[in-house]
Amino acid sequence: MADRTAPLAAMEDRIAAAAFPGAALAAVPFVAQVGIRLDPAGPAAARVAEALGLPLPEANRVSASGGRRALWLGPDEWLVVAADGEERALVGILEDAIGADGAVVDLSANRTGLELSGPLSRDVLATCCSLDLHPRAFGPGRCAQTLVQKAGVLIEQRDADTFLLLVRPSFAAYVAEWLVDGMAGLAADLAAV
Amino acid sequence: MFQIRCPYCGPRDEPEFKYGGQAHVAYPADPEALSDEEWARFLFFRDNSKGRYAERWNHAAGCRRWFNVVRDTGTHELVGSYRVGEQPEAAR
Repeated sequence: MADRTAPLAAMEDRIAAAAFPGAALAAVPFVAQVGIRLDPAGPAAARVAEALGLPLPEANRVSASGGRRALWLGPDEWLVVAADGEERALVGILEDAIGADGAVVDLSANRTGLELSGPLSRDVLATCCSLDLHPRAFGPGRCAQTLVQKAGVLIEQRDADTFLLLVRPSFAAYVAEWLVDGMAGLAADLAAV
Repeated sequence: MFQIRCPYCGPRDEPEFKYGGQAHVAYPADPEALSDEEWARFLFFRDNSKGRYAERWNHAAGCRRWFNVVRDTGTHELVGSYRVGEQPEAAR
């Protein structure tokens, strides 16, 4: 594979330094991401589910199995996510499963990851994102395409205290700046208690 | 700010959406047969009524789907949303 530069390489130190007892941020520079579009009521949906070993999830949800996840993007659109390096294998599996009944596109270069974790991670995200993140509306296994201020993001809640944000590389520093700022604010609040 | 219910994603804040003008403006069956005035009316003329108004919105920062909203132009109340292909009575 050609040399790749992590989109947030220049911010690495600041991202690491922003950690406080409530939350920590980490760049996940490369994530295998394959977009698929197909009719959920058509023949390809079952074939994809079988090939991936996971069902295509309902709206705003994630399904996971063996290191692969499918994130709902729209009524006929999902993003299949896996560890860096798996994108070619995924494209092959999905093309075989979908054939002419839909579309498969490797989107791995389209978004980079930011992982926000810690007991206050939800509060940090809420400083810059208007999505309802309360457990009654969001939680582990949920995902949403929304905005962090002006930038589009795909947010996946991995577990009770961890969020993965998938962001276009050119907006990654902008989103990271907002999160770092939110962490600084909450850290100051904690210190003042 | 509006909170708009996307029929696919659920309620979201207005900045996620783009406005698309009046809904249910049908493309002329035979555009070639229209006079310049009729064509201009199709392209540029829209209702500007007070009360319930069906309009198109696009969930640009979310699922990117077009859908319809019924809004009261007098009170700004969002009566409901419904999918493309459905009629305003389906708004909820």
